[in-house]
Amino acid sequence: MKFFHPETLVFWTTLFFLVFAVLFYKLAWKPILNIIGEREKSIEDALAQADLAREEMAKLKADNQKILNEARAERDQMLKEAKQMKEQIINQAKEDAQKVANKEIAKAKEVIENEKQRAVKELKNQVSELSINMAEKVLSQELKDKDTQLKHIEKLISDIKLN
Amino acid sequence: MGKNFLSVSLSIFLSLIIFSANAQHEPESHEMNEQTSNLENHEEFNPTHLINHHLSDSHDYEFDIPFFHKTFHLPVILWTKNGLTVFSSEDFDEDNEGKVVVEKNGQKFKRIHDIIVYADKVGEHVKPEDITLDQRPLDFSITKNVLSLFITFLLLFLVLLGVKKAYDEKGVPKGLAGFIEPIIVFIRDDVAKENIGPKYERYVPFLLSVFFFILFANLLGLIPFSPFGYNLTGNILVTFVLATIVFIITNISGNKSYWKHILWPPGVPIILKPFIALIEILSMFTKPFALMIRLFANIFAGHTIILTFVTLIFVFKNWGVPLASGFATIFMYISELLVAFLQAYVFTLLSAIYFGMAVKEEAH
Repeated sequence: MKFFHPETLVFWTTLFFLVFAVLFYKLAWKPILNIIGEREKSIEDALAQADLAREEMAKLKADNQKILNEARAERDQMLKEAKQMKEQIINQAKEDAQKVANKEIAKAKEVIENEKQRAVKELKNQVSELSINMAEKVLSQELKDKDTQLKHIEKLISDIKLN
Repeated sequence: MGKNFLSVSLSIFLSLIIFSANAQHEPESHEMNEQTSNLENHEEFNPTHLINHHLSDSHDYEFDIPFFHKTFHLPVILWTKNGLTVFSSEDFDEDNEGKVVVEKNGQKFKRIHDIIVYADKVGEHVKPEDITLDQRPLDFSITKNVLSLFITFLLLFLVLLGVKKAYDEKGVPKGLAGFIEPIIVFIRDDVAKENIGPKYERYVPFLLSVFFFILFANLLGLIPFSPFGYNLTGNILVTFVLATIVFIITNISGNKSYWKHILWPPGVPIILKPFIALIEILSMFTKPFALMIRLFANIFAGHTIILTFVTLIFVFKNWGVPLASGFATIFMYISELLVAFLQAYVFTLLSAIYFGMAVKEEAH
């Protein structure tokens, strides 16, 4: 292969290449690369969005679990408190009952003591009245005759015994 | 066994090529005279003439498909001493001997071995390599190769418009676009982005244009009938232009660190710096030069070998030869298909690497 007029092909190749490179750029490469780029971007975006949604979902799930756990803990706490309160109430009631009972017993004891005191006092009064009466009757008997007096005393004594 | 047969027949025919090439090698002017006499009496077949004819340029376009053969006369465009001169190559009457003198624009022209010269300045038996620039006008004719070049670009342009149209509103590729898009994405991602770096985007259209032009020229050059079957990327002038454009883009986009690397190479003793710089400056030119030679040599060799295998049939006129050289031609065609893609890829890849060297920021 020999080139005796190289300017021919060099000139036309340069011209054609430059002109068509510009044409290709304006009418083919630019729009095609744009289309491909946009599509790739939209795919990337869609994937990113899917990831985001998945994350959100996981977060939501975790939140749900947390709320559930909290609710459970609260329930347990409430149950515990209720139990405590129940025990407390029962204990309080028992205590109160004990107190009331003790008070009643004390009161009863006092009443009994009082009654006893009164009874003793009355007995004392009666005994003294009886002794006065007896002394009266003895004295009156003695005044009539001896025998009768004696008899009377004896009788009195036996009466006392009978009492 | 098939492999052995192929390699044996290949080696036989390769040695035959060398043999026939030696046998056909004769002095230039004598050869040319013989060729014309061959054309005239159509008795002896000259394979060198056929192969040379295929590989060289011409002012006439031979449209050749089965059952139809016609020679078109292409316009001759000359830049003469009297300015632009345009006429049809028909005026030369298919003469290549300098016998027909055409008078246009006050000047006389004749054509010798496809070179248009001033009739009054060149003698009758001049060797083509002896013709100097003041003996001939500058030739900007639409030659066979120029027309082929235009056909290639036009076809590529139509295909690319088709690709663009094949996208629907959502940007989903249909039909042709589905086939071409992976190549585009490959060039963008694996060739440009990989080798140029973050500033890759502005080089992608150029790389795509270069890749598809070389690929199309390679592939269409393999189609064995008109208007294809030409030899563009196997023409060193075409690859010279491509490599020159790569060279210009590389050096225009060269940044500070690129020039520093060339003119004041870092990490080298100061005494050695001028010498290394000299080598670096040399390598600025050898890189695109290698691009030019590689593509040209691959395609040129492929076409030559295929044509040689085919012409062997007519040289030997023996029933066994068509069989063997037919196989060999098919084999070469398959390997040329591979080479068509490979060389387009290699040229693009190396261009991208050179651009990358020019724009990469200093990393060390």
